[in-house]
Amino acid sequence: MDDQSHQNSATENEMDHIEVIIGRILQIGVVVAAVIMLFGLILLLVHGGNGGYPVGHQPTTISAIISGTVALKPYAVMMVGMFCLIITPVLRVVVSIYAFYKEHDTLYVWITSTVLIILCISFIIGHTV
Amino acid sequence: MYPDTPIFTYPDNQKYAKVGEVDFTDSTREEFIMIQTMLIMMGVGLFAGIAGAILGLGGGIIITPVLTLMMGLDIKYAIGASIIAVIATSSGSTIAYLKDEVLNLRVAMFLEIATTIGGIAGALLTGVLDPKYLYLLFGALLVFSGWNMWRKLRRGQESLNNVKADPIATKLKLNGSYFDKAELKRVDYQVEQVPQGFLVMLGAGLASGMLGIGSGAFKVTAMDTFMKMPLKPSSATSNLMMGVTAAASATVYFFNGSILPNIAVPLALGILVGAVIGSRIMQVLPARVIRIIFIPVILFIGLQMLYKGIIGG
Repeated sequence: MDDQSHQNSATENEMDHIEVIIGRILQIGVVVAAVIMLFGLILLLVHGGNGGYPVGHQPTTISAIISGTVALKPYAVMMVGMFCLIITPVLRVVVSIYAFYKEHDTLYVWITSTVLIILCISFIIGHTV
Repeated sequence: MYPDTPIFTYPDNQKYAKVGEVDFTDSTREEFIMIQTMLIMMGVGLFAGIAGAILGLGGGIIITPVLTLMMGLDIKYAIGASIIAVIATSSGSTIAYLKDEVLNLRVAMFLEIATTIGGIAGALLTGVLDPKYLYLLFGALLVFSGWNMWRKLRRGQESLNNVKADPIATKLKLNGSYFDKAELKRVDYQVEQVPQGFLVMLGAGLASGMLGIGSGAFKVTAMDTFMKMPLKPSSATSNLMMGVTAAASATVYFFNGSILPNIAVPLALGILVGAVIGSRIMQVLPARVIRIIFIPVILFIGLQMLYKGIIGG
């Protein structure tokens, strides 16, 4: 009984610790994404027009986005911001694996790694189908 | 190099080309329309973010009709914008939840296996499985869940003391506790019917992967109705999971040009702010109030799906 309650409180402390780490990293990720998107939006307002691309076009390849960002084209910067936003949940999964590992929770290292692997598979399927 | 992606524009005969005495030149007028669109998107986003964070939903139910019906945007771009909206709601709300421990990370990760596998199955079965039956099945499930929630509301049993933890839940350390800021006390809860919840999640992943809707509604249903978790952790955990599930498909939309930056960026910024606010409101709202808002919403989504199933997708 004592052992059980001790185990429970240990699990709670573990979770607190994990949540603080993950929370902090995620906050930074989301703020970075928001700042880049906002910067792109301000660029668009300042330059006006079509975001630095012909009407009806936006950069969709990695190379076009990178070269557009270097040239400070509003749409390219906005795409970078959205890309950062899209990867924040994936980042959360990766960080969770590390956090569970730090807390010696092998079961959840496996569970969370499985989630990451399935995510990668669905990413590949999404880009081939 | 670029796919043909016409950017959304207003019709030419807009009345506000002239304001007062000033004749706007074409570029000034374009600038005006652009700023107007941005502000509308931010406003819609703010509202959708607050609502989504409180209810644990992705906000597609608000965003898709606004974009398609009110703003005349093609459905392809509306879907692209709402997938960004789902991720923004998820990320914005979980920033606040993680510090306040409302969400259950282990439940999220365990059930995430089911939704992601379901999502892959959905992608592979597109064209094989008739969406009609999925609409009927999952529409009925949501209506059942709405009815079940209404019964819970009438009995006034927000805090369930008689829930027996599933042995699987104990093994997987899924039982949790959170501090309820409305009742000002710590609520410990047990998780029941883990296999059933897992199955519903599998189906939910399949349905939302194939039909593109209900990403949050099914998740809250699985946790609240089947696994007997309290509503607040269900909503918060649903918000966390939505973003992870959406991330894989979001990259597809990102690279095929369905996500228009001039629409999705102001929308996402509005949602991020809204979701941060919404998740704080959610914590101080009594669970009962959240349930009262939730029931008509889930019934509406469910009936809409049943309708689509009956008229044949």
